[in-house]
Amino acid sequence: MTSKQVTRAPDAPDVARNGLLDRRALLGRGIAIAGAVGTGASLTSAAAEPLPVDPWSLGPGSNLPPYGQPMKYEDKVVRTLTNPKFEPRTSQARTPHHLLNGTITPAGLHFVVARTGFPDIDPAKHRLAIHGLVKQPLVYDLDALSRYPMTSQIHFVECGGNSAPLYNKDPVQANVQAIHGLLSGSEWTGVRLSTLLEETGIDPKGKWLLAEGADGPSMNRSIPIAKALDDAMIALYQNGERIRPEQGYPMRLLVPGYEGNMNVKWLHRIKLIEEPVMAINETMQYTYRVAGPKIWQFFFPMEVKSFVTHPSPGLTLKGPGYYEISGLAYSGNGRIAKVMVSADGGQSWGQAALDAPVLSKALTRFRMPWRWDGQPVVLQSRAWDEAGNVQPTREQMFAERGEPKINVPVTAFPMGHMNVITSWAVDGKGELKHVYG
Amino acid sequence: MSMGKSLCVAALALAFAGAASAADHPGLGKPVSETDLAVWDISIGPDGKGLPPGSGTPAQGATIFAQKCEACHGKEGIGGSNAALANAPGKNERTMALYVPNATTLFDFIRRAMPWPQPKSLANDEVYALTAYILARNKVIGDNDTMNAETLPKVQMPNRNGFVSRYPDKH
Repeated sequence: MTSKQVTRAPDAPDVARNGLLDRRALLGRGIAIAGAVGTGASLTSAAAEPLPVDPWSLGPGSNLPPYGQPMKYEDKVVRTLTNPKFEPRTSQARTPHHLLNGTITPAGLHFVVARTGFPDIDPAKHRLAIHGLVKQPLVYDLDALSRYPMTSQIHFVECGGNSAPLYNKDPVQANVQAIHGLLSGSEWTGVRLSTLLEETGIDPKGKWLLAEGADGPSMNRSIPIAKALDDAMIALYQNGERIRPEQGYPMRLLVPGYEGNMNVKWLHRIKLIEEPVMAINETMQYTYRVAGPKIWQFFFPMEVKSFVTHPSPGLTLKGPGYYEISGLAYSGNGRIAKVMVSADGGQSWGQAALDAPVLSKALTRFRMPWRWDGQPVVLQSRAWDEAGNVQPTREQMFAERGEPKINVPVTAFPMGHMNVITSWAVDGKGELKHVYG
Repeated sequence: MSMGKSLCVAALALAFAGAASAADHPGLGKPVSETDLAVWDISIGPDGKGLPPGSGTPAQGATIFAQKCEACHGKEGIGGSNAALANAPGKNERTMALYVPNATTLFDFIRRAMPWPQPKSLANDEVYALTAYILARNKVIGDNDTMNAETLPKVQMPNRNGFVSRYPDKH
């Protein structure tokens, strides 16, 4: 048995004000940083008490369940629900990003927006029809699709209305789950839509396709044929298992990087058409009034965004010393190129480390070593994508869209595609709150 | 052109043809006719394509609305727990009829998704009548106008030209 040698390390250099450290401190120098905890605390004080042998080390454990569940102590790691009594309206469930780490969201914690809950679809009776402006309309059942060549891709799905509370006039007092929880990341496995469209053939007049679910309200969206032929997928599996019922069991459309509502769940029909159908979800909803008389429609890709998950409101810092600032960055237009972190409200910035692999249209975890001196600070992150897009400041976005004038609850959607910088203020006690930096 | 080169071109052409041929595909989709898909094909284009036979008036719609819609949308479409479908006196909100660019969207959504507990339970005449009622409540059409497959796509929606594509290069 080997024991790691713990040595007092020279301080890692600060790369930006208020204690942001060089990201290279994370690479192979973790021990060294740990040695610097508490800025001067002696190493001997950390091992003051003798360690007992606990009861779980003195007997057998529990029998294995057929389907494993999270540890009972983790019962607070759940989605928040907006319609727990299932009243006749839309239900939302938000992902607890402050209680998760990494980039893959457990399927049971994936966010949901559902108009009438989720349907109980018999997989043996489910059918996918592709018709309209095709050469040969075809119907597929799940058994048939399961024999097609498949691909596994890691992608985020984000509701077009995620982060909408950032468009409030005053900073809403809510945590990262309430503000950014309509976003999740998964590995999706399924059949490329282009494979099926090669079988049906495409009439050159078919410039769009209508995707429709088998749910009660038959949720539908119009999608450009270019996206369908590029990287769209009929997803059958999520994180290795069949898609969860709330995510579209037994199949959903995946249009990577495009707003969540277009990733039609419980997919049962694709119709090739000449012009968009102007469905309620692309006219009344998922359209946004901006400065001037115009209303933006067909928003499609979710723009580059990042936010800090650790620490964030609710995760109180336990005194000065070393912490890791980490969060999520992503872009519907490709890979994340760079994430910068600030601990002084955006005056100075240090470059964060990105966990590999950095994938296109997928959640990317960024990390930044930080030594907090106990003074009030404001934490921010800002992302760049490989297409050259930069996450905007509030001022930049509002110059184009108009200043927010009202405050609405976190469950309302005064604006969509809100990808401005998020700011968390840390007070002298280590408590965090949402502010406008 | 040498013989070798022309053979090469021929082989290439064959390869491309082969890539698109059924032999390289599982081919497990079952052919289906549009007739067999008719009950699924409920989408309606902004030009009215797909609208079924039938008709309805605002007066007929008012009766149905009171029976099947009022519980969520409020009396005459005002003050309910769900979306207001008309403006209360003195209010000037963008209700659905005043916001969406095409009247066909109302028909399509009501038919596919409403009422919330029993979607697709309304007869086509009822959907036309409810669409007419909501349009008339918002003064988009007259109280005596009849909505059918002919008249509905021709309704001049007040926000017909209010939308612009955010990313026109994407479609």
